[in-house]
Amino acid sequence: MEFLQPSDWQDALAAKAAFPDAVPVRGGTDVMVEMNFDRGRPAALLDLSHVKELGEWGRDDTDDTCVRIGAGVTYTRVLRELGTTVPGLAQAARTVGSPQIRNRGTIGGNLGAASPAGDCHPVLLAADAVYEVESAARGVRRIGADEFYLGPKRNSLDADELIRAIVVRATDTGQQFAKIGTRNAMVIAACSFAVAINREVRSVRTGIGSAGPTPLRAPEAETYLTDMMTQGELWEGGRLPDADVLKRFGDLVAGAARPIDDVRATAAYRRHSLRVMARRTATWALRQSC
Amino acid sequence: MRGTTADLDTAVRELARPVSYPVGTSPDRPDGPPKTKGEFAYSSDLWAQDMLWGRALRSPHPYARIRSLDIAAALAQPGVHAVLTHEDVPGRKTYGLLIPDQPVLAHDVVRFQGEPVALVAADHPETARRALDLIKVDYEPLEPVTDPEVSIAGTAPPLHPEGNIVAQLHIRHGDVAAASERADVTVTGTYELGMQDQAFLGPESGLALPSQDGGVELFIATQWLHADREQMAASLGLSPEKVRLTSAGIGGAFGGREDLSIQIHACLLALHTGRPIKMSYGREESFFGHVHRHPGRLEYEHGATRDGILTHVKARVVLDGGAYASTSREVIVVAATTAAGPYAVDHAEIDAYSTYTNNPPCGAMRGFGAVQSCFGYESQMDKLAAALDMDPVELRRRNVLPTGGKTPTGQVVDVPVPVRELLDQLEAMPLPPAENPDEERMRPGGVANTTHGEGVRRGVGYAVGFKNIGFSSGADDYSTARVRLSVSRGELTAEVHTAGLEVGQGLVVVQAQIARTELGVDHVLVLPADTQIGNAGSSSASRQSWLTGGAVQTTCAAVAAEVLERTAQRLGVNTDRCRLDAGQIVTAAGDFVASMVDIVADEPIELIREYHARKTTPLDANGQGDPHWAFAFAAHRAVVDVDVELGLVRVIELAVAQDVGKALNPKALEGQIEGGSAQGLGLALMEEIQVEDGCVRNPSFTDYLVPTILDVPPMRLAILELPTPHGPYGLNGAGEPPTISSTPAVVAAVRAATGMPLPRVPVRPTDIVEASLLT
Ligand SMILES: Cc1cc2nc3c(=O)[nH]c(=O)nc-3n(C[C@H](O)[C@H](O)[C@H](O)COP(=O)(O)OP(=O)(O)OC[C@H]3O[C@@H](n4cnc5c(N)ncnc54)[C@H](O)[C@@H]3O)c2cc1C
Repeated sequence: MEFLQPSDWQDALAAKAAFPDAVPVRGGTDVMVEMNFDRGRPAALLDLSHVKELGEWGRDDTDDTCVRIGAGVTYTRVLRELGTTVPGLAQAARTVGSPQIRNRGTIGGNLGAASPAGDCHPVLLAADAVYEVESAARGVRRIGADEFYLGPKRNSLDADELIRAIVVRATDTGQQFAKIGTRNAMVIAACSFAVAINREVRSVRTGIGSAGPTPLRAPEAETYLTDMMTQGELWEGGRLPDADVLKRFGDLVAGAARPIDDVRATAAYRRHSLRVMARRTATWALRQSC
Repeated sequence: MRGTTADLDTAVRELARPVSYPVGTSPDRPDGPPKTKGEFAYSSDLWAQDMLWGRALRSPHPYARIRSLDIAAALAQPGVHAVLTHEDVPGRKTYGLLIPDQPVLAHDVVRFQGEPVALVAADHPETARRALDLIKVDYEPLEPVTDPEVSIAGTAPPLHPEGNIVAQLHIRHGDVAAASERADVTVTGTYELGMQDQAFLGPESGLALPSQDGGVELFIATQWLHADREQMAASLGLSPEKVRLTSAGIGGAFGGREDLSIQIHACLLALHTGRPIKMSYGREESFFGHVHRHPGRLEYEHGATRDGILTHVKARVVLDGGAYASTSREVIVVAATTAAGPYAVDHAEIDAYSTYTNNPPCGAMRGFGAVQSCFGYESQMDKLAAALDMDPVELRRRNVLPTGGKTPTGQVVDVPVPVRELLDQLEAMPLPPAENPDEERMRPGGVANTTHGEGVRRGVGYAVGFKNIGFSSGADDYSTARVRLSVSRGELTAEVHTAGLEVGQGLVVVQAQIARTELGVDHVLVLPADTQIGNAGSSSASRQSWLTGGAVQTTCAAVAAEVLERTAQRLGVNTDRCRLDAGQIVTAAGDFVASMVDIVADEPIELIREYHARKTTPLDANGQGDPHWAFAFAAHRAVVDVDVELGLVRVIELAVAQDVGKALNPKALEGQIEGGSAQGLGLALMEEIQVEDGCVRNPSFTDYLVPTILDVPPMRLAILELPTPHGPYGLNGAGEPPTISSTPAVVAAVRAATGMPLPRVPVRPTDIVEASLLT
């Protein structure tokens, strides 16, 4: 097996162009598990752990209301450094694995793995994030989170591309993430839900995890709640819709899911818990964003 | 070579400071610091020059005929040194702890998913793994038998010559028909338990070395060296003396190492290749490589008078043993004989079965049948209390089996039954604050942000459990110790040698404490456990402190007597009332008589003694007899918060009261109680090997969930020391009881919070959420 260890981003892109089959590895918390179980023997590993640029984050150059977070930023750092910038992502980071996994696992790795159970996806979908990917041949490409997920563990990266960063609007309110597992820590989501509500621009966005072949949004639920907020003139003054509106929102979220029965939960329970999580998290997000 | 208990032993030596650590104190564990620093050498770290790696090919089918087996391609692979099949087993082709019904390597048929079919030895683990892929097995899949009721009914084809029932017991005690007439209230219930795994952290591993005399040496993490040796020798076609075992660094056991895993396989490969063989399972293979706790189904009828006095108990207990017998025959005895609980029940009818199916084999796990029965009878006691509109703790108090009372097998219980005391202790403990503390980690769902208090309800539940200690039904239960008292470099040294295995419970330290206590010697060396000394029995059934501890005590007492005898002879004094204390022979009043160094220096004293438990008898056709030689008791109170809308549970507090007779090492004991309680909590709420059509759906720690530190609450412990009349130092067995009542207490608390019947563990979110919401 070939082992490539570029020392900076340009080298990394060059290596990926030269060895399109090479499997990138940053934290290794997905890649090494796969290798241990002998599920795939990569021809080459492209070790990104020395690429410093991937571990950096800051204001986005093109839009200073946004932050640009390097793909190699770990969950521990998201939790410590981005709690008031992308609160939903920090909530998600908090639920990932154990301290050891959070110290090594990265956002970029979560996107690279593109598991429907990955905890970053619902939040990034709800937060309307954009993923910045790059290749030596074609340079930078920005992909909306909506377009990124193609199928179970499949994303829209080209063979010569690497994930550089995610770009997301900075905010300290209105985001909530909740995740169901049958134990209180260190558990892969049986299903998860994220909501981002922005009273200023009057938007409601959602993200559903582990309840379909890819992470999903619930467009009908978003439109419904947005309309009800507008009709009821609830956007300003921190006002909340009636309980039955929130309940209906939950029903629509559940309806948008495409869950299956598996070892972690039944489809029916996934739908039910999405209904409950959607209702609760939307309530908290609305209360928070006054 | 690294990773043997020699490491542990060195640490024990360092520990022997001038300050003595007798029985009743808590010296540090010698393996504690290296384990916390990641430096402990586990059996998986064993290494030898020129060693090869062994691996087993396992069946993907739960039941299939093997039409043909072709090893040529694997054997031709560079780096592969041997590929073995059942034809290469020189001795007995099968093994088993009690009933040798399990093929060393499958021939003709495989009876469970994961059954070993062939072995490979190669110069690299990866080469071995790839060689497995080259072995061609032509299977004809058969319809698996997966329902134990079908096994009992006898309607499926027999998986073994004797049919599909491993064992059945029918206990008839008193006159149930007449007693049930006197019942004012009768409650019935059916309870189920999923298949729990021991989930020890150190997967099966060991190192086999061919020896010059044609025998073999095995360094292994296991539970019972002598039983391993007996089975190995039979299958290897060697005399037992040619099979030598030494314990290696172990990462937990909980019953899962009582049956053989790599033992015969590694030795076959070593003898075949003439090279050292290392075998070490990965986590997934481990799930297929050891037996699990029997899943169970228990049907009950309890009757009581209006004032809550039990009139009768009827029970039907079915435990599925899976493909091979393992300890199913004994587990069902424990389940059946404990089925009425620690209560006075004069009229009982108990029918119990353990079955063969094509499910994963089940055998020993902490609690050994008593876990299953306790979930049944304690659920029934709560149901009965509700029917009587009586406090469930009060109902239990009214029915405690008195000392001198009889169990349903007619056995007179001649030891204290401290159930009332245990319940009193629990009730006296303050309850945690009713309001959920504003700490998200204490919420159902933990940090996953599923509730900020919505849907959360509090519940409290109690349960009592009991179990026999040691081996039952007429087995001669004993252990052996050799103790040598000598002077080396001017220092008095006691060497203790047993085959009693450290499995994490702290046996090494306890043996040293006993030797210090008995001999008044600071410097104690506990030798690695091996087969050079007599049988110690298994490190299971909560028996080692009692039996191996008893053997060490007995042997030390004999050595001490010898010291006194020699002192009397040499000095011409009467030592009848003398004793040993801190290196000296002193009078009853403590006056100096002689220095032990002077008495022992020129001639060491070395003795071997056995310690035997009291005799027991097997059960007769009516399930009558005295099958048990001791009983131990514990009780739990669980406080839970349940998010009733999502079905998620947070255990807020677990309080435990246990009578241990005497705490030889209080710190180690607390560890046992906390760990055992956590294991019971795991069974209550999450731990289950999910089996579908005979296949395991979750053979990994990703989906076989054990409680984390955020699932296990703070515990309050009340440790009672009511001396057990015939136990060394008054001790009682302590390892299993905390696992037994923990499960029903947690479930009782969840029932109290939700009002749901919850007849099955582990309780799943879908059992809590109202069914109408799950359409
Ligand atoms: C014990 C354990 C618990 C876990 N718990 C959770 C959990 O609770 N929630 C959760 O979501 N996940 C969990 N995971 C999965 C994993 O930790 C996460 O998906 C993590 O985000 C992966 O990050 P990494 O840096 O370790 O990825 P790696 O393993 O290094 O890579 C993962 C994938 O991304 C690709 N990749 C990495 N970086 C790039 C890049 N810059 N450009 C292109 N492709 C890239 C890799 O090729 C690979 O396909 C757990 C894993 C373990 C072992």
